[in-house]
Amino acid sequence: MLLALIKKEFVLEFRQKSTLGAVLVYVAGTIFVSALCFKARLDKPTWNALFWVISLFTSVTISGKSFLKETGGQALYSYLYYNARQFILAKMLYNMIFMLGLSIITFLFYGFFISNEVQNLPFFLLVLTLASTGLAAVLSLMSAIAAKSSGSFAMMSILSFPVLMPLILVVIRLSKQAVDGIEWAGVSLDLLLVLAALNVLTLTLSFLLFPYLWRD
Amino acid sequence: MLIFYTLVVGLLNPVPRLDILNETIRNVYYHVPIWFALLFMMSVSLYYSIVSLAGNEIPSDSKAYNAALVGFFFSLPGIATGSLWARFTWGTWWTFQDPKLNGVAISILIYLAYFILRRSVEDEMKRARIAGVYNIFAYVMMMVFIMVMPRLTDSLHPGNGGNPAFSKYDLNSNMRLVFYPAVAGWILFGCWLFELKNRITFLNEKSQD
Repeated sequence: MLLALIKKEFVLEFRQKSTLGAVLVYVAGTIFVSALCFKARLDKPTWNALFWVISLFTSVTISGKSFLKETGGQALYSYLYYNARQFILAKMLYNMIFMLGLSIITFLFYGFFISNEVQNLPFFLLVLTLASTGLAAVLSLMSAIAAKSSGSFAMMSILSFPVLMPLILVVIRLSKQAVDGIEWAGVSLDLLLVLAALNVLTLTLSFLLFPYLWRD
Repeated sequence: MLIFYTLVVGLLNPVPRLDILNETIRNVYYHVPIWFALLFMMSVSLYYSIVSLAGNEIPSDSKAYNAALVGFFFSLPGIATGSLWARFTWGTWWTFQDPKLNGVAISILIYLAYFILRRSVEDEMKRARIAGVYNIFAYVMMMVFIMVMPRLTDSLHPGNGGNPAFSKYDLNSNMRLVFYPAVAGWILFGCWLFELKNRITFLNEKSQD
């Protein structure tokens, strides 16, 4: 059932090729604009900050629509046919996979147009993975809330930015270490643990809270 | 009940107020209890949100909202006293270096978002559920921010990053006499405001029916 739901999300997403193309153009466009704005080679802290700001905005924009299309007839259909907990779990897992792909693409574009300053690449990829899963988990719930309230994109960003702050700050610190090329032994385990804990925390909270949003 | 609260608060609040001298350490009586009261009110708000979700009740949702509003109200004097204190001890009104300051700024944004969210939904049942879910989620994130983050990084606040904690020098028996009543006083003051708000909400609803 869970797999079927995830598959359904993928089919829906890839049925319209324009949406996927739009995402790619959006990412490339944002990065190209930033590259033109900065022009000069960025120093490491700026590189790091700019990368995560771009990622943050892209993920909020992209995953904002994850529930916004679940309105009217579609919402009623899903409500009748699926279990709430399975539904949110499928949404979150799908968003995680999607966000992971998206952040890797962002990283590639970013490295191509601006520069690649990362020195400890495996560690950076680990941080990138945990960051995108965390972002996806938080944003799925926020998107559900926004869709149930006014359904506007502004609401989505108002709700998500402050809630995402702890995650982003931890991620920026960790990724700074990866950019600086700190060896595995010197990596701050505390922060990594907090990041993983935030992932688990948001997953459980969404899992517990979503059924209350579900009824209409 | 209401009069009892005012009496208690009225008796308790003059105690710290009489103590205004030029030593900034006395700010402990204002700054710290205000933040305690804020955390207390936010926890009350969390409690009512959980009750409202579990029992599907609308009155608890208004109570959760009122508690958050009162707590939010405390953040203003909290920041004002803190900022004043920072000016004289750290030499600046505000700094982005301190995780607690950032945490508070983010918490304020979170609760502003909560108020906006709550006002954007017309239907009462729906509003109770949506606002409840966001409130619980927001509270947990706020806790992560103000409780966990400062302990991981350096902070200018006492008790973090090698700074001595308060208990070392200020909570001697004399100051305890004022500090604990101040904490109780501010929390009770919060409860009193909360009751007041609840009554106003209740009367408003009654007059609308």
